[in-house]
Amino acid sequence: MELKQFASDVRKTALKLVFEKKASHIGGAFSMVELLTVLYNKILLVNPSNPCNENRDRFLLSKGHACSSLYATLALRGFFTMEELYTYTENGSYFTSHINHKVPGIELSTGSLGHALPVACGLALAAKKKNQTWQTYVMVSDGELNEGSNWESILFAPQHKLDNLTLIVDYNKIQSMGTVAEVMELHPLADKFRAFRWEVFEINGHNLDEIETAFNAVKLIKDKPSVIIANTIKGKGVDFMEEKLLWHYKSPSKEQLEEALRQVAEEN
Amino acid sequence: MRTAFINQLIVEARQNKDIFLVVGDLGFSVVEPFIDEFPDRFLNAGVAEQNMTGIAAGLAMEGYNVFTYSIGNFPTMRTYEQIRYDVCYHNLSVKIVSVGGGYAYGPLGTSHHATEDFGIMRVLPNMIVSAPSDPHEAKAITTLFCNHQGPGYIRLGKAGEPNLHQQDVSLSLGQALYIKEGQGNLYIGTGSILKDVITHVNANDPSAGIASFPFIKPLDQDFIADAVRKYTNWISIEEHQSNCGFGSAVLESLNDLYNNQTIPNIPKLKRIAIPDKFIGYAGTQEFLRKEAGLIL
Repeated sequence: MELKQFASDVRKTALKLVFEKKASHIGGAFSMVELLTVLYNKILLVNPSNPCNENRDRFLLSKGHACSSLYATLALRGFFTMEELYTYTENGSYFTSHINHKVPGIELSTGSLGHALPVACGLALAAKKKNQTWQTYVMVSDGELNEGSNWESILFAPQHKLDNLTLIVDYNKIQSMGTVAEVMELHPLADKFRAFRWEVFEINGHNLDEIETAFNAVKLIKDKPSVIIANTIKGKGVDFMEEKLLWHYKSPSKEQLEEALRQVAEEN
Repeated sequence: MRTAFINQLIVEARQNKDIFLVVGDLGFSVVEPFIDEFPDRFLNAGVAEQNMTGIAAGLAMEGYNVFTYSIGNFPTMRTYEQIRYDVCYHNLSVKIVSVGGGYAYGPLGTSHHATEDFGIMRVLPNMIVSAPSDPHEAKAITTLFCNHQGPGYIRLGKAGEPNLHQQDVSLSLGQALYIKEGQGNLYIGTGSILKDVITHVNANDPSAGIASFPFIKPLDQDFIADAVRKYTNWISIEEHQSNCGFGSAVLESLNDLYNNQTIPNIPKLKRIAIPDKFIGYAGTQEFLRKEAGLIL
């Protein structure tokens, strides 16, 4: 119940933010809300008052365009204030609309796709070399799996037995100019990862229990990296946004904001 | 030059546990002594330069000073955006080592001609850009890079370059230095082509000065300002495109120094560089330098 409320608050915060600043990418921000909710409340060992603590778990968001919901998550967890968050996209603000490591709690600036997984491999490798127990988590979109750099890493991580690395695919099946099936089909995605020697978990990326169970199961996997393929819905939580490509780009009008907020509250 | 690099890297790694070497499946018969001594601080990332650079960034975020090593354009152009965004924007200690700068791998073809590296590297904020002229400079730059926090690029030749300095040199970051002082003409160069300058000056212009610029960025402003007062005619040489290269950087500095009234005049500068073209045929480094017009 508490987690549901948190997820609802993340959506409301992100909605108000993109409305206020006329920003984009609410669809991809909403598809990962439950994943972020579980990560930041149940899984990640992070300390909002000491975000650079050496032993923290590292979470990298590769789909940096969808950062409104991560910024909202971090604000709600106390990494910074709501007032700071509301400088988002303003002149001089570090809260750029593609994620920025100058914001407390953000490990890596992204926005150009296919960058975070290679860096995450480096982090996980460093932890192994230094016998440190913290974990590295990285979230990619499905569309960005078009990028060849990801597949270089997908080859690399099992070769080096990076069992301290967990990849999460926000599989909402819509990319920038069409469905994944239309643009660059990934199916059968789980089989691809298995062929590359990853441990694969396929879950409903909006079911909080399933998400938590998967993240806990990952911790038991040894000698290989794990991928959680989270089947999600772009724009999840607002009926006129769900599975609509348009909400990769569009910012809600005042009426749409109010309706969306009503639906998000009702959902909770 | 690459031997001087790896030998010095080993020396540094013995006293600095943060030194880490990552190769892109290249370095056969060069990097083995490092692997033998520091197996835990070596990684062959495979033929996958984007991932190699990303991994280097990740390792650097955890405190390592990472050297990525490959040939020609592979550790730079093939992974340029990772260098710009992951390494330079995050100001991480990743040093990019390119072996075979210029036409060093001449017979291998245009894929292996690294003649645009200064331009693409020096435009990046936080990046130090270096091209040693001989093994002594390669050694000094390696030491500097092992002790520098932040990104760096070093263009090496391959093996067998002669020593242009009589002994080890001590360099600070960005420092230029005279090979010999003189009067009238000043020849300035970067990288192994500086050898051609020394040969030319000794034979044809013995009173001229010769300066080596191991660093294209930062460029030694004090050295330039001082040299302006001593030499009226300057000749720059580099094994790089004339656009965005070493001579271009010197011209920019001269202009800015003049504009801010640090120097009283801008000397005449003849730039010798590759005239905006590819060479599509094979040849030794010496042959291709002549074909590209890199002649004094």
